[in-house]
Amino acid sequence: MSTVAETQIKLTPEHDARPGASVRSRLQDLLPKIVLAPSFAATIVFVYGFILWTIYLSFTNSKTFPSYDITGARAYQRLWRWTFESDPPSSWYTSITNMGIFGFLYIGICLALGLFLAILLDQKIRGEGVLRPIYLYPMALSFIVTGVAWKWFLDPGLGLEQTLHQWGWTSFHFDWIKNKDFVIYTVVIAGVWQASGFIMAMFLAGLRGIDGEIMKAAQIDGATTFQLYRRIVIPLLRPVFLSAFIVLAHLAIKSYDLVVALTSGGPGGSAWLPSNFMYEFTFKRNEMAVGSASAVIMLMTLTAIIVPYLYSELREKPR
Amino acid sequence: MSAVTSPARQASSGMSARTINRIVIYGLLALFAIFYLMPLFVMLVTSFKTMDEIQNGNMLALPQSPTIEPWFKAWGQTCVGLTCAGIKGYFWNSIKMVVPAVLISTLLGALNGYVLTKWRFRGHTLVFAMMLFACFIPFQSVLLPMATILGSIGRFGVTLQNATGFNFGLGNSTVNLVFVHVVYGLGFTTLFFRNYYEAFPTELIKAAQVDGASFFQIFRRIMLPNSMPIFVVTVIYQFTNIWNDFLFASAYAGTGDVMPMTVALNNVVNTSTGVVEYNVNMAAAMIAALPTLIVYVVAGRYFVRGLMAGAVKG
Repeated sequence: MSTVAETQIKLTPEHDARPGASVRSRLQDLLPKIVLAPSFAATIVFVYGFILWTIYLSFTNSKTFPSYDITGARAYQRLWRWTFESDPPSSWYTSITNMGIFGFLYIGICLALGLFLAILLDQKIRGEGVLRPIYLYPMALSFIVTGVAWKWFLDPGLGLEQTLHQWGWTSFHFDWIKNKDFVIYTVVIAGVWQASGFIMAMFLAGLRGIDGEIMKAAQIDGATTFQLYRRIVIPLLRPVFLSAFIVLAHLAIKSYDLVVALTSGGPGGSAWLPSNFMYEFTFKRNEMAVGSASAVIMLMTLTAIIVPYLYSELREKPR
Repeated sequence: MSAVTSPARQASSGMSARTINRIVIYGLLALFAIFYLMPLFVMLVTSFKTMDEIQNGNMLALPQSPTIEPWFKAWGQTCVGLTCAGIKGYFWNSIKMVVPAVLISTLLGALNGYVLTKWRFRGHTLVFAMMLFACFIPFQSVLLPMATILGSIGRFGVTLQNATGFNFGLGNSTVNLVFVHVVYGLGFTTLFFRNYYEAFPTELIKAAQVDGASFFQIFRRIMLPNSMPIFVVTVIYQFTNIWNDFLFASAYAGTGDVMPMTVALNNVVNTSTGVVEYNVNMAAAMIAALPTLIVYVVAGRYFVRGLMAGAVKG
């Protein structure tokens, strides 16, 4: 799995010391950097420069159009005040509460379900080649298609509820998608449906990488299947847990499309995540500074998760 | 990893326990298979039903009198916003955006990966780390400045148009989206190629250098012919991501006939005027899903490998 590991075989272009060392060979030396330069420059400008620009905007009082007079941290003060405005909930309160619920359940269920399915599939299953792609294909679909499909499936008048009524279970009631208190859980269902198969594949790859000898030794020592998994296999899968967590956390914070397609924001914006908050405030409610401030908060949250991870991955590994 | 039920335990608890065990495992696996297939199944059967059958029938029932009409309607007649010319135009918008964006970002990624592994310089790790981090930012944090810049470029394009009669693609939504997807896709493509070339024997490059091969000659003659697998992985990954993108598409090409497929589909489904034609909606969703689904069916192995590589940075 770890491929960033550095092979420090360095290839220094031969420096020609002869007096005739021409412009051409100097150019050859510079060429690699020239090739890399546009990409790196684009990253500097369009990623880091734009992030600084967004941070700058968050300290202005930009409304419909950007304004470049710094007016202090008003946008952040408003977000801070809204953070505690729970009755009636402010849009920001709803967004971050939803983020907590969604993030916790989405990551938790995907990890648990992914591990569970991977363990089941690892029991020498006939037809694994058929099942694996079935579990995984939702990852190829866009959030929009996923949202459309589940919107239909969860619609009380058309989908699951209606179907069960027709089958005679008339007391069955399932209207979460129209209920402002529960709509966020439908986003969890659709999100888990889409990503859990992929997490399964990650765990399966991890399981297949475990040395069979360790397992045999444990079995000879009389470990039950349950003990085997709890004490030996799952601890060995720690790196996979970490990678899967990073992937899921990253997907969760970026989730935007799914809420739009599945719930159109939910009744009264009750399904919003911070990403929806940002989009709505920036482009629809003409509160550009507040939108920017919320984007900065999203970025900081993600940075807090990603940077330590990247640092540990890119660090020169002792070998 | 080997099967978990050891021979010793089988013998002591008898065959029946093992059989029950297997039945439970297969039962669970089948149940989950149903869970994953259900929404696709419902979408598919609904897209072949008449409206009458949808309103009076069961969601899970197969179409009584299958009709392909909804697919034609979705493709050529359904209303997206106020225009009722189907989704075909938007489908082509997506194609026109995806193809150049994938090719450019993949090629740049290959070159970057080549430089970052075989022509290292001081600070190459930092450069790579900065490009890598860019993959993970929430795009909300660059959305607004990019909108401003694209707006200015568009106005400049209009000026050019007036002055020269040609705008050189400035302000064109497709060009804008290609640009945006290339810029924000570079991190991943570079990552893929860097990790792949890392394992490529450096001795070969050295030998070629001694023979006098130049930077680009080595790339073309030695690296490229040996990069097929990673090209497939990267192209599939980029194709899926860009085809499925909604945030950039809705922010920079969210109205009119320049919308890509995802935005158009969302508009079709959320149009509240008139009778909602569910069968047409589902057909439209299927059409939007088909390109990536086909790629997945044809090249699933590479698709998964790309996801893994993108997921597991290290």
